Amino acid sequence: MLARIKRSQRLMFFLIPMLLWIGLLFVFPHVKLFMLSFMDRRSGAFTLANYAAFFNKSLYTKVFIHTAIFSIFTTLLTLALSFPTAFIITKVLGSKMKAIVLMAIVLPYWISELIQAFTWMVLFRETGVISYLLQSLGITDHNIEFLYHNSTIVVGLVYTSILFMTIPIMNSLDTLDDKLIEASYDLGGNFWSTMREIIIPHAGPGIMVGSIMVFMLNLGNYVTVTLLGGKNSMWFTESIYNQFIVRFNQNQGSAFGVILLTFSVLFVWIILKITGQDMTEAM
Amino acid sequence: MYSSSNKPFSLAQVLFYGYVILILLFTIGPLIIVTILAFNNNPSASFPWHGFTLDWFKSSNPERVGLFDDARMVASIVSSLKVAAAVTVISVLLGVNNAFLFVREKFVGKNFFYMLMLGPLVVPGVVLGTSILAFTHGIANTLDSALGAGAGTFLRPGFWLVVLGQVSFVATTTTLVITARLKRFDPSLEEAALDLGATQAQAIINITLRFLTPAVVGAAIIAFLFSFQNFNTTYFLIGSDPTVPIILYSRLRFGISPEINAVSVLLMIVTGVLGIFAFSFQKEEKAA
Repeated sequence: MLARIKRSQRLMFFLIPMLLWIGLLFVFPHVKLFMLSFMDRRSGAFTLANYAAFFNKSLYTKVFIHTAIFSIFTTLLTLALSFPTAFIITKVLGSKMKAIVLMAIVLPYWISELIQAFTWMVLFRETGVISYLLQSLGITDHNIEFLYHNSTIVVGLVYTSILFMTIPIMNSLDTLDDKLIEASYDLGGNFWSTMREIIIPHAGPGIMVGSIMVFMLNLGNYVTVTLLGGKNSMWFTESIYNQFIVRFNQNQGSAFGVILLTFSVLFVWIILKITGQDMTEAM
Repeated sequence: MYSSSNKPFSLAQVLFYGYVILILLFTIGPLIIVTILAFNNNPSASFPWHGFTLDWFKSSNPERVGLFDDARMVASIVSSLKVAAAVTVISVLLGVNNAFLFVREKFVGKNFFYMLMLGPLVVPGVVLGTSILAFTHGIANTLDSALGAGAGTFLRPGFWLVVLGQVSFVATTTTLVITARLKRFDPSLEEAALDLGATQAQAIINITLRFLTPAVVGAAIIAFLFSFQNFNTTYFLIGSDPTVPIILYSRLRFGISPEINAVSVLLMIVTGVLGIFAFSFQKEEKAA
């Protein structure tokens, strides 16, 4: 009896801090966000106006669709660049080169996203390094502005997220027995058929986890997008920021936040269903 | 193995290594250029090279502001350090607590809470920041009207709100790191200590917590770096003392100065050293 009381006391001792943290800093704030999104800005009465404003005003939906399409495109591009990288790191390079390449991929991430975006500004701006290089090579005779284009944003986003795609794919390729690849060759397979039949299917879960993480990071990006895209960035997170901070319209901003969250969760769920992957298995 | 021919360089090898070089250029190239520019005596923060200088770090020339002459920049480093210290302490304590909870205890809904706890890592930082802002704004107003003006001040944008906002997702990471280590702990070691006459507290402190030390140090470094570089969540909760990422952002919106090259180099050195330290610590732990 005494032991049981002691055990339940110990449970409470560990349980309460966890509940306070996840409750006060995650669950309740999101419940509040959800509630605010259905309230009128002045009276606080129930309304669907905040959501109606999103669907009726073509600017908001345009920005949202733009964000979604570019997030998907950038995720695919990151996958295309990261898969060979992960493959080479796990299956081709020796341990020393492996460590160097891995370090090179991790380093920019640790130095912060702000510095990452800054380095691309240094390269791409009108009087920047690339513009200077082109002029000194005689390719052009005037400054060229490479910033503030959609393609600049894409480069910046790929740069910030390449790590999050490469590592999960590496993890799943690590468990692929090299003998399977050899067997495929012995049975008359070539590079491409081995890739298609053996390697890519085995890397499936890693590709899934990486793509989901990168997609969510792209969708929720703010720094890279606004610094490299300037006023033309058209990213939905900026609409959320503007509602909360510039227009002091918490209710409209909350509705945008709920829309972004709902979309990302739904999208990931649908992709998992279509590809038949199980997220818990993939993790 | 796909290139196990007798030729010194097969086509596959050339392609593989060529690709590696391109990836290295893409990932490190920009950082190398910024590092070179930080020492370039050219006020336009670009090429051509005008000779070596340390002015962008510290300068005696009043027309050139180096990073350590810039009072606002130095103040932002101090406030980032303060926030990161508080976030690290709270998140590591929570991480140890949660590890014990999820590894050792049994309770209804354990799996549910474990999944829920991963949430702060998945939700975009902007949404996390705005939801915490909206929530604490309401509570602060209630406190003010119930207990008198000023009672809810600690929940208004400022130091403590930034700390709380960052703890929301940093604690998830520390929990994951420390839980992974505690799972590998053999409980019979603790029982042995109890059999040999140690009290419960002694056994936990001397045996279990000692075993967790590498994970705790690793988690602390990760928490510190996460906090130090966070922008998205912090942006909504910051008061009048900006952290480094916030001040960098506000300046970069209006253009580039050579001083920021110097700031980048400083951050590269600090995070590089911390990163290598964390990396070698993890390696030692694995070897041990």
